[in-house]
Order: sequence, then C-alpha cells, then structure tokens
Amino acid sequence: MTDPDDRADRAGSADADGGGVASTWDGPSQPWLLNGDCRGRQHRSLLLEITTRAVFPTVLVFSVYLLLVGHYGPGGGFSAGLVAGLAFVLRHIAGGGGDLGTGRVVRPPTVFGTGMAVAVLSALLPLAFGLGVLESAKLGVTLPVLGTIEVQTSLLLEVGVYLLIVGVVLELLRSLGTGIERDLDEAGEQPES
Amino acid sequence: MNAASTIITLPVLLPLLGAAVSVVFARSAMLQRVVGIVVLAAVAALAAVLLVMADTSGPVVASLGGWAAPVGIALVADRLSALLLLVSSLVTLAVLVYAIDQRIADYGRGTASTTFHPMYLMLSAGVSLAYLTGDLFTLFVAFEVMLTASYVLISRRTSATRVRAGMTYVTVSLMSSLLFLTAIALVYAATGTVNLADLAGRMDALPGELRTVLGLMLLVVFGIKAAIVPLHFWLPDSYPNAPGPVAALFAGLLTKVGFYALLRTQTLLFSRDEPWMLMLVLAVATMLVGALGALAQNDLNRLLSFLLVSHIGFMLFGLAVFDPEGVGGAALYAAHHITVLATLFLVSGLITRRTGTVALDQMGGLARTAPGLAVLFAIPAMTLAGLPPTAGFVAKLALLEAGVGVGNAAVAVAAVVMVASLLTLVALVRVWVRVFWGEPRPPLPDDDPDDEVVVGTAATAAPMYAATAGLVAVSLAIAVFAGPLTEITDRAGTDLLDRGPYRVAVLGGAP
Repeated sequence: MTDPDDRADRAGSADADGGGVASTWDGPSQPWLLNGDCRGRQHRSLLLEITTRAVFPTVLVFSVYLLLVGHYGPGGGFSAGLVAGLAFVLRHIAGGGGDLGTGRVVRPPTVFGTGMAVAVLSALLPLAFGLGVLESAKLGVTLPVLGTIEVQTSLLLEVGVYLLIVGVVLELLRSLGTGIERDLDEAGEQPES
Repeated sequence: MNAASTIITLPVLLPLLGAAVSVVFARSAMLQRVVGIVVLAAVAALAAVLLVMADTSGPVVASLGGWAAPVGIALVADRLSALLLLVSSLVTLAVLVYAIDQRIADYGRGTASTTFHPMYLMLSAGVSLAYLTGDLFTLFVAFEVMLTASYVLISRRTSATRVRAGMTYVTVSLMSSLLFLTAIALVYAATGTVNLADLAGRMDALPGELRTVLGLMLLVVFGIKAAIVPLHFWLPDSYPNAPGPVAALFAGLLTKVGFYALLRTQTLLFSRDEPWMLMLVLAVATMLVGALGALAQNDLNRLLSFLLVSHIGFMLFGLAVFDPEGVGGAALYAAHHITVLATLFLVSGLITRRTGTVALDQMGGLARTAPGLAVLFAIPAMTLAGLPPTAGFVAKLALLEAGVGVGNAAVAVAAVVMVASLLTLVALVRVWVRVFWGEPRPPLPDDDPDDEVVVGTAATAAPMYAATAGLVAVSLAIAVFAGPLTEITDRAGTDLLDRGPYRVAVLGGAP
C-alpha cells in the first residue's frame, strides 16, 4: 500500500517545483520532478529523477540518429528502437509506472501495430514501382542548407521496426512493470526496501 | 518474376499486415473478424494459384530484395509446399470461423480481443513462411514466429493448471529451437551456406560422419516438433489443455510443419539410395505407442492427441521408404492428416460444449440428442481409421503400395501400419460407444468458468457446425479428387528425391 503521507509529500513537492512557475516567461512549463506514482518513499531518488529529466530527450534524439545512420553504420531500426525504449525504461525506474501513464496519448499496441503495418507495407511498396518485394532504391534529396542527402528507401522499413520495438518496450513496461506493481498493491504487499 | 515474387510473398506478408491491423484496431471486433477471414481466404486462394503454377511450370521462386540465392533469401513454392500451404490455409480459415463464432456465441458480438486475432494471424504467417522458405535460417525464424504466437494462444485466459501444462510445451519448444540454432550454426560452419538448394550440393561433399551428425541433429529438432516417439511426450500433455479451436489449429498444423521440415531437409540435404532403417524403427514405435496410448485414455482430447502421434508414424513410414512413391505418399498423408485431425479436435470441442466434460465415461446418448454432431464425428473418424472410400484410405493405400516394393523390412512395417489402423479404429469405436450410444446424460456444469471456453451449454451457434462441416467437406474432397492429387504428390515425391528441379529453380543455371 502506498503511504498516504507519501502521496501528500509528493503532491507538495510537485506544487513547489512546477505549479506556480509557469507564470514567468522563462520558467519551465512543466514540473522538473516526474509526477509519477511511486510505490514507496524509499523508491524515490532525487538524483535519478533529475538526471532522467535531463537525459530523456537526449537519448531519444540519439535513437533517431541511430535510426538514420543505420544503413551504412552501426545502428538501424532495431537498436534505435531499443535505445528509445531504454529512455522510457529510465523514466519508469525513476518515476514509477504512473509517470508513463500520465502523458501518454496512444496505447502501446497501437504503436507496435502501426510499426508492423509500416514495415510490411514498405516491403510491398516496391511492387508499385515495378520492383520485387523488399527491394530498395537510393533517393537523392537536395535540401537548401544541408545540400544533397541520399536516403535509402529501406529507411521506411527501419522506421517500422523502430516503432515496433518502442511499442513492445512500452507494452512490457505497462504489463510487466506497472501491472505487477498494481497486482502487488492489490495484494496488500509492502514494497521491498 | 514480379508476378511470381508477389504471389509467393503475399501468403507471408498478408497475415502479418492483418495482424498489425488487428492490433491497431483492437477495439473494433467486427473489423478484426473481417480482416482475419479476408486475409486467410486470400492466402488460400494464393496457395491454390501457387499449386497450379508449381505443378504446370516447376517451382516458383522469389529472391527477396532482389538479392539472388544463395546470397539472398529465396522463397520457393514447389508442389509439396504449395499443396501443404493450400490445405493448411483452408484449415486455418475454417478454424478461425469456428473460433470467431464461439466467441460471438459466448461473449456477444461486440467483444474484441487484443491478442487472439493478431496472434492467430502471426501463427498463420509463420506457417506460410515455414512452407515457403528456401533457407535454413529463415526456416528457424518461421518456426519462432509460429511458436511464439502459439505460446500466447495456448496460455491466454486460462487457469493455473493449464498454464502449468503450457509450460511443458514452451520449455520443450525452446529446447528444440536452441538445438535447431546450434545445428544451423554447425551446418553453416561446415558448408558456408544456409540456402537449402546450395546446401544440397555442398552436403554431398562433406565427410560421411559429419553428414550423419548434422542429419541426426536436424532429425531430433524436427522430431520434437513433429512428435516422433520417443520425442512426443510433450504433446498429449499440452494440446488437450488448449481451448478447443486452438487445439484444433495446433493439432492440424504445428506437427505437420515439423514433419514438412523433416521431409524437406532429409530429402534435400541427406539424400540416400535405400530405405532408411532408423526411420522405419521410429515409424513403428510412433505408430504403436500412439495407438496403444490412445486405447488407454479416458479424456477425449488426450485420446485424439495420441492418435495424432500414432498417425505421424504413417508419414514417417513414407519417408523411411525413401522412394518417390513413399515420399509422395507421405505428402498426401500429411495433407489428409492436417484436415482430419483439425476436424476431430473441432468436433471434440463441440462435444465438450454440449456435455461439459472431456471424460468419456461421463458422456452418453449424444447420437439421440445431437444427431448432426454424430455425423460430423463419424466421417472424420472413419477417415482417420482409413476405411474406404475416405481420404485416409487413399493416403494409406499410397503408403502401403510404396512400402511393399522395397524389401522385407518395409513389408513388415506395412503390416504394423495395418495394425495401427486397426487400433485407431478400436479407439474411435470406443469413443463412439461411450459418447454417442447409451442413455443421454444432462450436461455437467463448467468446472472452469473463468477460462476462454464455455462448456456444458446447449447454446451452439450454427456457424460452428458449418465450419466443422466445411473441414469435413475438404477431407471428402481429398477423397473425391484422389486421382489428380495422387498424381501431384507422386510428381512431388519424384522432385524431392531428384532434387534437380528445386536446385535449378533456386540457383539457376547448372545444378
């Protein structure tokens, strides 16, 4: 069971950190601390939460980088998806299961379902251009500042894989992470210290 | 090239796409049903086209991504794989109709499922890929896709005892996957390729001992999946615990995919000139252990599981003979076995639904209370026992004809085939007497109301019967078209042992 004092404590801290500061023009628009529902006070770590807050966007950007360079270098949809998934795992560890639930607008199955659909359709797409299944081509795109960028059409498949993996990690966090915590709470077990 | 590459990849890609759509629109029950049925019907139609193409103009080959074999992954549909794909997709479709209707009858029209439809289609994609792949590693991937989906299907919405039974299945399957991966690594280390057509040539150059070791490893791997005695022990413990339609799907498809892989690898990679003694012994053991095990059961589904094992032995006999007639007979028997076992498990589901139990000694009088069900049971039962003029008789005859021509050992095993058929008949007559004759009994209450399947209810929806009857019709069609089908499987057997057409089709140029 979550300690009622713990909840009050957290609500207070969220208020102090984020509630009132949005009025100033340079204040953060969101609370710095994660607003998740942690099972026990001893499970919270200020250092981890702040670090997560700082690292989370960086890891996501890095995962997109891995996705894009994957055709010629180390990376690709699978590893990029895992890296992005790890960012969410970090938030889950720092903020508890509730943290991922609060800001989420799509269900994880929708994410990995879309990913799989994109991957399969990208396998079939070459048929429309008279090529065989899964064949890929190189497209040159000229952008104003960056110059010519070459894109492999197999990137689309990688995007599908990326979404698939991210969706699966989120689903695992939901079912095995938050789900088990909830079951423990319902069973009335105290969190381990 | 493009038309062929499209037709041969779609049986894999369409179910995957269908699974993705079913996941995304997990709240729309109607859409999931339509997608599932449309996709599987399309796969069946494509398989029929592939069978015609493969039979008229040789194996249909597609190189994925434009990379030619042996570098790239090739999908190959020859007569054997196209025939089994056609039969399997018809069975998958019928079982899906049955499952959908059971869910509508039990939970109402609006109830969607986030797991059932996607996993069902994933399994179907894995089965298609296993039949069509021309690459040993892709075969492993296909098995994994198929098995992972089956782990979910066998253990969802079920009780602790059934999860316990499912654990056996998962553990044994993982064990065999591990061994499979090891075998692939060894094959690759020895030959430098995993393309089956390429391997066919390079295996011949390996030392005899090494070939034997690799051949036996793959035999054990596929022996576990195909439930060959003594590697069958997991099957009668796990299949009966799956919900009705899932058990029918597993019984129809999974062991036969294992047997297909065994047939494909042993004929293509480990060709031999005379009957295979070890396989003859295994065939005898499988037939007898399965049939005698079936006689001892009181649980209807366990009885059917043992009969399933027993009749795997019939196919092994065809493979052991190792001549075109034998291998072709085994292919025909596999096609017949897929349909008839799936039908019997669906009928068992209908029986359980009426009686509320799987225990034979607690049923009775169904011939009076449900005469339609009695007919639906009698036809596949006679087919499995191999009574003329059913498909089982045709397939068994093809095997026996092949067996009597190749020496005394095979003739002796042919005698065992007759004994096993007789024992099958005895076991099924026992079921008939217990279930359909005697005094009608009131249905027992559902002892496990929380699980997937509602039993002991008189509410049966007509489409469940229609789906089962459809499978009976497929089985009868095999008997009616026995002539052309036997010719196709005979040609398939010749191709399999000749190996030439397959290798030329995949590698091109000189075999």
